[in-house]
Amino acid sequence: MFRSHILVCGGTGCTSGNSMKIYEALVDRIKKEGLENEVHVTKTGCFGLCAYGPIMIVYPEGAFYSQVKLEDVDEIVNEHIIKGRIVTRLLYKETVGEDGSIKALNDTNFYKKQHRVALRNCGVINPEKIEEYIAYDGYEALGKVLTEMTPQDVIDVISKSGLRGRGGAGFPTGRKWQFAKNSPGKKKYVCCNADEGDPGAFMDRSILEGDPHAVIEAMAIAAYAIGSDQGYIYVRAEYPIAVQRLTIAIKQAREYGLLGKNIFNSGFNFDLDIRLGAGAFVCGEETALMTSIEGHRGEPRPRPPFPAVKGLFGKPTILNNVETYANVPQIILKGADWFASMGTEKSRGTKVFALGGKIHNTGLVEIPMGTTMREIIYDIGGGCPNGKKFKAAQTGGPSGGCIPAHLIDTPIDYDNLIKIGSMMGSGGLIVMDEDNCMVDIAKFFLEFTVDESCGKCTACRIGTKRLYEMLCKVTDGTATMEDLDKMEELCYYIKENSLCGLGQTAPNPVLSTLHYFRDEYEAHVRDKRCPAGVCKKLLRYQIVADKCKGCTLCARNCPVGAISGTVKEPHVIDPNKCIKCGVCMEKCKFGAIIKA
Amino acid sequence: MVHLKINNIPVEVKEGTTILEAAKIAGINIPTLCYLKEINEIGACRICVVEVKGARSLVAACVYPVNEGMEVFTNTEKVRKSRKTTLELLLSDHKKECLSCVRSTNCELQKLSNEYGCDENRFKGARTECEPDSSTSYLVRDNEKCILCRRCVAVCKKVQEVAVIAPARRGFNTHIACAFESDLADAACVACGQCVAVCPTGALHEREEIDNVRDAINDPEKIVVVAPAPAVRAAIGEEFGYPIGTNTEGKMFTAMRMLGFDKVFDVNFAADLTIMEEANELIERVKNGGTLPMFTSCSPGWIRYVEYYYPELIPNLSSCKSPMQMFGATVKTYWAQKEGIDPKNIYVVGVMPCTAKKFEKTRDDENASGYPDIDAVLTTRELAKMIKTSGIIYNELPDSTFDNPLGEFTGAGVIFGATGGVMEAALRTAAETITGKPLDNIDFKQVRGTKGIKEAEYDLNGLKVKVAVASGLTNAKQLCEKIKKGECDYTFVEVMCCPGGCVNGGGQPIQSAYVRRNVDLRSKRAKALYDEDKKLKIRKSHENKAIQELYKEFFEKPGSHKAHEILHTSYVNRKKR
Amino acid sequence: MKSLEELRALREKMKSQTDNRSVAGSDETVIKVGMATCGIAAGARPVLDALLDEADKRQLHNVSISQTGCIGMCRMEPIVEVFKDGQKYTYVLMTAEKARKVINDHVVNGNVCKEFLIGEN
Repeated sequence: MFRSHILVCGGTGCTSGNSMKIYEALVDRIKKEGLENEVHVTKTGCFGLCAYGPIMIVYPEGAFYSQVKLEDVDEIVNEHIIKGRIVTRLLYKETVGEDGSIKALNDTNFYKKQHRVALRNCGVINPEKIEEYIAYDGYEALGKVLTEMTPQDVIDVISKSGLRGRGGAGFPTGRKWQFAKNSPGKKKYVCCNADEGDPGAFMDRSILEGDPHAVIEAMAIAAYAIGSDQGYIYVRAEYPIAVQRLTIAIKQAREYGLLGKNIFNSGFNFDLDIRLGAGAFVCGEETALMTSIEGHRGEPRPRPPFPAVKGLFGKPTILNNVETYANVPQIILKGADWFASMGTEKSRGTKVFALGGKIHNTGLVEIPMGTTMREIIYDIGGGCPNGKKFKAAQTGGPSGGCIPAHLIDTPIDYDNLIKIGSMMGSGGLIVMDEDNCMVDIAKFFLEFTVDESCGKCTACRIGTKRLYEMLCKVTDGTATMEDLDKMEELCYYIKENSLCGLGQTAPNPVLSTLHYFRDEYEAHVRDKRCPAGVCKKLLRYQIVADKCKGCTLCARNCPVGAISGTVKEPHVIDPNKCIKCGVCMEKCKFGAIIKA
Repeated sequence: MVHLKINNIPVEVKEGTTILEAAKIAGINIPTLCYLKEINEIGACRICVVEVKGARSLVAACVYPVNEGMEVFTNTEKVRKSRKTTLELLLSDHKKECLSCVRSTNCELQKLSNEYGCDENRFKGARTECEPDSSTSYLVRDNEKCILCRRCVAVCKKVQEVAVIAPARRGFNTHIACAFESDLADAACVACGQCVAVCPTGALHEREEIDNVRDAINDPEKIVVVAPAPAVRAAIGEEFGYPIGTNTEGKMFTAMRMLGFDKVFDVNFAADLTIMEEANELIERVKNGGTLPMFTSCSPGWIRYVEYYYPELIPNLSSCKSPMQMFGATVKTYWAQKEGIDPKNIYVVGVMPCTAKKFEKTRDDENASGYPDIDAVLTTRELAKMIKTSGIIYNELPDSTFDNPLGEFTGAGVIFGATGGVMEAALRTAAETITGKPLDNIDFKQVRGTKGIKEAEYDLNGLKVKVAVASGLTNAKQLCEKIKKGECDYTFVEVMCCPGGCVNGGGQPIQSAYVRRNVDLRSKRAKALYDEDKKLKIRKSHENKAIQELYKEFFEKPGSHKAHEILHTSYVNRKKR
Repeated sequence: MKSLEELRALREKMKSQTDNRSVAGSDETVIKVGMATCGIAAGARPVLDALLDEADKRQLHNVSISQTGCIGMCRMEPIVEVFKDGQKYTYVLMTAEKARKVINDHVVNGNVCKEFLIGEN
């Protein structure tokens, strides 16, 4: 028994903030003090509050240290570990009450409304030690399934729980498993989609880094349910920590006989391999992912045949994403009713969102389905920084749409998001404030799909490119009102005619912004004006003569010599020379330079 | 059986049938671009989209299997508009060089664009820009005309199992290229030209030599000799509207003379010559314990295949030059001597159903007279193009025949153009040579037909001869693997690079995917050759009078020293280590 | 892994490793040892070790043992505070043996070791 546990976040965010050096320094100091038998230092998966990394938590006090530096290690050990005095200055400020007392992490705004199911072990256990996972009820669900349940029982529980795919379209997981179970064939495969590619979404990475065994256990359960003995985890090569932890986890599970032959003496065999993706977004599409595992260029195939009938290597296959799997062992252990008690009628359970963009608390949050956008953005996320006005939120990554401020009270679930022109996607949530141009945002997402289109079908390969070019015309101020109609027509064409989900959803960012922010498009087209002041071609920097003191600072800083004027006289900007870099505006001490 | 309705017409089809096939049964055509029956079924181009009641979006008819009670609509406003937009998008990234394009009037994109009235450039924007790859002597790829249907990729990978081309890059930058985007000349391409034969547009075509040939004809110094391969006569008529499988040999000879060729000979003659040498070589190998099985060496694509992929089997290849090369060599030695012409002034043109022949003529050890055996190779298509641009009304031409002496041929020479033909011709001669008795039945039917691999066993006077015939490199590969592993004991193996043999070569008239879906080009064209064989009085190579004379006057006997110098060649290991 | 029992046995064993990895719940017994300079000088370490060892031996998962700073009565160190059933008990002038007795009598069996409590001596 240890008197104290120090958990250091080993997620990608904190690792890039040097958390592993901090971990090593801690281990060293603890050893030097001879405390290694009383104090246990562990690296864990992501805590979620990535904006404040590197993060460390010390139990049993629950002291939540944020933005820890290597130099802080000695102080933490000397004061907190040896003398029992919490280092208040390093505490995450939300955890310090007004009276100076420490609040439990779960009482802070960021965590209060969260309900961690998929992320339950992230930031709690050492992902590189299977024993810790087992200590937190790990593999109990697999044991239960193999010793007490039939495959059909398993599928029934999953179906009854209402679990839907967390990777995009939200297909009911139980039904998917049932199809694969019903497909005839001796050889079947269970695949895990860990090719998380939506810009800004990183919940799957966090789960793999923080709780890899949950995914392995769930895949084994799925394999038992459909009658498979081989699984593949398709994980992108850009996730080195996830790959490393998965590799370790698979090895440990094999050593304990939790993968391999005759698991729990039940006669059930199952093993797993990792396949690395080379960073193509389209490989998150199920058929493209399987084509890639087979060793070919990752391109989607027409469906039908559906993977449940003819998938990987032509065999019945199920594919679920990481977050979906992470829910499965919990559902088995706690029951379908427990899971179904969370969320909304058609979207049960919780969903992890990656908060990003113009929001205070960027990071990962897991909330029950049905939580409103307002709760996520304001209560959990802390709202937009610098007192800016919230304008829209983008969900579903490049496949999703922009949700305008007036719909902020929409409870988030699969069907509501579709209804308002967006989608759940993998759970990226990007917040935009008044400084964001919605045409520019649509262009950003579309550029992503143009780049990531595999190039197989005409609609996506050329259609998205042409759509992108039309958006460029809008932001350049050269589009006509007819172009807007043509854009809309092309959007619907691409949705109807594309081969796979990537193309079918690619126009969503454009369609949703055209729908909710048509006035912004029209301002670009009719008035040749970008209301948010983002689109460079439509920008004019001007000097307000009344305010200009003639200090010459702007003229001296202009990189292209576009500003002229005599000392102590108002200056002027030559619009033909100006490259709209904005340096003058930044430098001006009198607020005399404005964007028009 | 599955019951469905297409445009409200009830149809009953087998389970697993696609909407495309079911529609055909209902008398409805759905346009396609990327679809190539059994070879490329990938649903990529989206031109075949149709509406299915209850479906979330439009579906690709070429790959969508029917199901019970399905209601399909192929001709709604939405479908027509979608198809038109697809075409407009394709055209927005297309070179649109239709006026001068080699495939104009025989282009699937052009035809559909015309049908759908794509006359307005609605989607102006960036266009793929790249230099055509003309690194080889046989083929040009112009990706600015490519619509990325991938029919070439599929045929290269699935039919020939060579797979030297594939899509590279992604999104709008996707294009078909060799590995690492190298030149085709640096890839292990066998030059078969099957990619050209399936290309719906002008993105792939042979390296044209029409201008060189015209220059030679216009050169008063040059004696220009032309000779068509056996398979050319079975297909050239297609270029002039004749039904597939019409033999228009007589008109072809007339047209060749009208084009200004000085002598019109026939490679069929050299095919007979090849049999004399090849049959002799086979008998020698059997008698003297040479490397067996012996492979035929008529197909230059097959030769390149062995050189690139199975160099260890090079000793199995017959050392005989191909009929075309034998023909050129004989013209520039025997005939030059006989006519008293300096071989320097002879210009030999082969008309071939083949693109690999354009490479073959550039091989080392193919210049018996000190000058290249063959100066120019025209594909069947190029000859037709020459005829068209010369104002010759092909269909109204009177028939004529070849010039002597290098034109005379037997039925054995004619059937070289179909898979199994060389084998049958060789068997006719070998059997009679070994037994010394005339054959009762000279039709070796077991080696005929379009089956990928055919096997037969014959007893020639106590000598058991086991033979195999393969066409298409997928089948050739199977045979090579078996032979490498010693799992078979063939004596003689015929391999033709292209499926069905030369009649289906990469230089033959191009038929659309629609025609290829409904007609077996291989057997129809082959039938034209077997019909001619049947009609001919002399059907065995060794009975060809001109051949007998040639040996008497010049080569002495098959396999003589002189024959070896002029009619045989050598091979190189091209495998990259 | 051949049976659920085997898995569960491993889990129980592992629990002691992960105990204390949370903020103590209201039903949990919290034991704090004064571990400032004064406490350490007076011999708080062997006391803490004994507490941990005893809890481990008895597989007490409902107990949180940790250190704390100077309690303010340096002459009474080593001091051990036990928070149980909403009550606070302060044991003073502790030794390893006394600590084991506190675990046994007080924490496990609910009999407060009055003789060690502050004010008793």
